[in-house]
Amino acid sequence: MKNYDIVIVGGGPAGLAAANAAYDAGARSILILERDKELGGILNQCIHNGFGLHTFKEELTGPEYAHRFAEKVYKKQIEYKLSTMVMNISPEKVVTAMNREDGLFDIQAKAIVLAMGCRERSRGALNIPGYRPAGIYSAGTAQRLVNIEGFMPGREVVILGSGDIGLIMARRMTLEGAKVKVVAELMPYSGGLKRNIVQCLNDFDIPLKLSHTVVDIEGKERVTGVTIAEVDSHNKPISGTEEHYDCDTLLLSCGLIPENELSRDMGVELNRVTNGPTVNESLETSIPGVFAAGNVLHVHDLVDFVSEEAAAAGRSAAAYVAGGPADGARNDIPVAVEGGPRYTVPCTIDPAKVGDELVVRFRVGGVMKNRFVNVYLDGDRVIHRKRPVMAPGEMEEVKLKRAMFEAHPDLSSICIKVEEA
Amino acid sequence: MEVKNLTCIGCPMGCPLEVTMENGEVLSVTGNTCPRGAAYARKEVTNPTRIVTSTVRVVGSTTGAVAVSCKTASDIPKGKIFACVKDIAGVSVEAPVHIGDVVKADVAGTGVDMIATKEVM
Repeated sequence: MKNYDIVIVGGGPAGLAAANAAYDAGARSILILERDKELGGILNQCIHNGFGLHTFKEELTGPEYAHRFAEKVYKKQIEYKLSTMVMNISPEKVVTAMNREDGLFDIQAKAIVLAMGCRERSRGALNIPGYRPAGIYSAGTAQRLVNIEGFMPGREVVILGSGDIGLIMARRMTLEGAKVKVVAELMPYSGGLKRNIVQCLNDFDIPLKLSHTVVDIEGKERVTGVTIAEVDSHNKPISGTEEHYDCDTLLLSCGLIPENELSRDMGVELNRVTNGPTVNESLETSIPGVFAAGNVLHVHDLVDFVSEEAAAAGRSAAAYVAGGPADGARNDIPVAVEGGPRYTVPCTIDPAKVGDELVVRFRVGGVMKNRFVNVYLDGDRVIHRKRPVMAPGEMEEVKLKRAMFEAHPDLSSICIKVEEA
Repeated sequence: MEVKNLTCIGCPMGCPLEVTMENGEVLSVTGNTCPRGAAYARKEVTNPTRIVTSTVRVVGSTTGAVAVSCKTASDIPKGKIFACVKDIAGVSVEAPVHIGDVVKADVAGTGVDMIATKEVM
């Protein structure tokens, strides 16, 4: 059995950033396992621009952003295996994987970084009534077909869900000659960025119907049409509001779910809100030496923050390998929330393990205006920041400094509150 | 006098902007909460531009790639978006392709080149 200090599961933006940061922190025995035939993950099919504004101060396309990180992996000669599927990870950190060249093989790791990303919510998970004909795709599948495989999945399109991938595909398919008839969104607000609503829908006069959902799919062999209807405040279709659209394609852009089958099977504790692992300030899961970052941990809006978070996980993995298992004297304080946040990453903080700065990320449950994000350590307000608007579609963050913790030596409670002005 | 309504894309607020114009001149912008909103509105009603991204065919790839992603090297007038994608519809390039390689010069007469955004071996 081969041995590596750090095995990184996934060669997308999270895996690449984790590998680079682990190397920069001194680790040399690193292996990235990627199931696709190239590094870069989902960025390879995200050919639109807008990536990297935060990191590089310029607007890159997905493949360009991926290349910036992949290039560093090549230069550092970090090992990676492509077209390789990880089948299982044991609690003892034996990674079982397979590919066409090596067959089935085991690797013993000292530390593992989970960077598997997420996948789209499928039709089955949405409970849409109607037939099951061809022509129903997740927006991401359509994106791969158009941008990588090089063919169009349909000509007349209805899109359910206003997530960013759906909006991006509305524009992409329009530019490739398709007619996108309508985007229906169940919620009374869009899940996508404002910029995408304007530049992908408004630019092309594609209507966005909020509080609407698909109530029927027609067609036996191939989709021939869909019916959408308005929903009430309980998301129940309102009788009499049905509208029919002739179409051959239905795209679904209804949310992303972290892909944690491997994590669950190895016994990593998962958070019910994020569907990702619960992690401490070092982005370490409930199994010591197993770290998680990126969309497998919680779904992000911007890849820049995936890279930033994954770099922190990579550094933590390198430190774990260098220092051996911790002495067990952890002092995990849960991060409590009040008034809006649905979850936080990390979920717990050991003040002694905090570096110069610790970024805590969270999302709120609904659209909120004129609020303050306040952070309390033992009831002491240490952060007080005005937020004119917050929405579930935009991830929030607070930056906790080491000095804040040093000023509260016998800390017992950490609370993030969203409060009215 | 002419009134145009826009949604600001500067931040998640998405301020509803109202631009009052006369003979192509912006008289006033209202609805914005910050200067970025006014600047966006002025640009958007006088000279809206976009970066256009797409793909073109690639032949001879050793990895089996059939397409290479590309973008306009800088933003082009919004009204030229469809002309731009039409102009590259038949374009085919030979592998290897490097990021920044021109796949179509002066796309749709905009004076801007369409360049590759992916390394294809």
